[in-house]
Amino acid sequence: MGGVTQRVLPVLTVVAAIIAIWYAATVWLNTPWQIDLYERNGTSWTTGMLVTDTMAQERPVLPAPHQVMQEIWKTTVEKRITSKRSLIYHSWITLSATLLGFALGTVLGVTLAVAIVHNRAMDKSVMPWVIASQTIPILAIAPMIIVVLNAVGLSGLLPKALISTYLSFFPIVVGMVKGLRAPERIELDLMRTYSATSAQVFWKLRWPSSMPFLFASMKVAVAISLVGAIVGELPTGAVAGLGARLLAGSYYGQTIQIWSALIMAAVLAASLVALVGVANRVVVKRMGVRP
Amino acid sequence: MTTAVPAGPPVIEARGLGLTFETGDGSVRALHEVDLTIAKGDFVSFIGPSGCGKTTLLRVIADLEQPTEGDVWVNGVSPEQARLDRAYGYVFQAAALYPWRTIARNVALPLEIMGYSKAEQAERVARTLDLVNLTGFENKFPWQLSGGMQQRASIARSLAFDADILLMDEPFGALDEIVRDHLNEQLLELWARTNKTIAFVTHSIPEAVYLSTRIVVMSPRPGRVTDIIGSPLPRERPLDIREAPEFLEIAHRVRDGLRAGHSYEDA
Repeated sequence: MGGVTQRVLPVLTVVAAIIAIWYAATVWLNTPWQIDLYERNGTSWTTGMLVTDTMAQERPVLPAPHQVMQEIWKTTVEKRITSKRSLIYHSWITLSATLLGFALGTVLGVTLAVAIVHNRAMDKSVMPWVIASQTIPILAIAPMIIVVLNAVGLSGLLPKALISTYLSFFPIVVGMVKGLRAPERIELDLMRTYSATSAQVFWKLRWPSSMPFLFASMKVAVAISLVGAIVGELPTGAVAGLGARLLAGSYYGQTIQIWSALIMAAVLAASLVALVGVANRVVVKRMGVRP
Repeated sequence: MTTAVPAGPPVIEARGLGLTFETGDGSVRALHEVDLTIAKGDFVSFIGPSGCGKTTLLRVIADLEQPTEGDVWVNGVSPEQARLDRAYGYVFQAAALYPWRTIARNVALPLEIMGYSKAEQAERVARTLDLVNLTGFENKFPWQLSGGMQQRASIARSLAFDADILLMDEPFGALDEIVRDHLNEQLLELWARTNKTIAFVTHSIPEAVYLSTRIVVMSPRPGRVTDIIGSPLPRERPLDIREAPEFLEIAHRVRDGLRAGHSYEDA
């Protein structure tokens, strides 16, 4: 069990450090307002009182970790999933857009990479556009996508998913172009001596060679898909989803709500990346890679 | 022993063959005025220092490089047609087994590409793995095998389909001498059993003399043929033939040929 301890201990240490810093920051950032309040009410206060009170404000500059945890507990476990106040309900809205966008992004990315690797003209012409597409701030283009798609009668899940796609296809293209070009000269020469067709070279050599690259880029893509879905929820004044929770929280100064949505998004992203990691391990194992 | 004349009908023929690579800083003459005939059933070795074009010559025969001068025929047709006809099996310097395929599936790779039926694939894989003494390793992955076994698997892969020509580019170059001796012996056995025509690139004099019916000595800058030596050794060759006076005599002539090719260099 030494192995487990060795792996878990550093993680726990980092988590403990973050929480400690968080608490310290909570006291520090919330103190001015608290002291202001004391003075206005003419309350005499002690340091102990100040520390406790800074961690129990209703709209703190920075909520304490336990406040955020309580909020998450209240809005997940204690609410019905169908409730508009359930964080699980909002997470699902965002997650479904993330997954759809990620799936579309992966398909689009792989398709573009295949075309780029097999066609010189595509290689020369498409790659600059792919890179240019990522230099446009997503916050600027997201509202336009939503508005344009709304005009043609598309609303709800798909526009948000397309923003995820817009972000997530990029790492897939870059990774897969590299992956599909990963076979060595000698491996390609071998195929040539068999007079293999390019479809055979693709399925029997390029595709299997690219698997490590595919999973590495999918890990990046799934995380930014989530970012894309959240961003897609902001400009529309969406009523549901983690982005909507963030937006509503900032309208009404509900910092606790904002932080709980942020934590939820982080947990979601971590789980998605971990899931891709599991899929990676399963595939790699089936491919007989040296353990 | 200067019987440099091929015995059977020509399988590989080169006339005035030349290849010049255009590189960033000028052109490099890899092959120059190469004339060569390899007959059916021959075991021809190409020997020479690095840069003499022996690998390039093999790659031209395999249609992996295009000559810039002269002509070359394989089975009486162009190398490209011969490649499309799947006339040869090629063994590379490294085993080049695909790491995600088991040994059996690696050997089956050319068979899948050429559209053999599942049953035929299984039968041929079993037969060729037996030929290189790898029966029992079908379901191992390449990393589970030693370097020598991996190279044997790659030879099995080149034998799996019915190519009469075997082109081998320093296949045992990366292996230690004991393994190499063993594989040389097995290769001769295999050649006797299958009656293939083999073109074999090496930089080891004993290996060339031990294996070949004819030895093509090459020299660098530009890569050209300086001597073709026919071997008087019998087809059946035990390893200790390497102590025989005829063997040493041929080895001596090969060494002389290599030295002559080197004479104008300070190396």
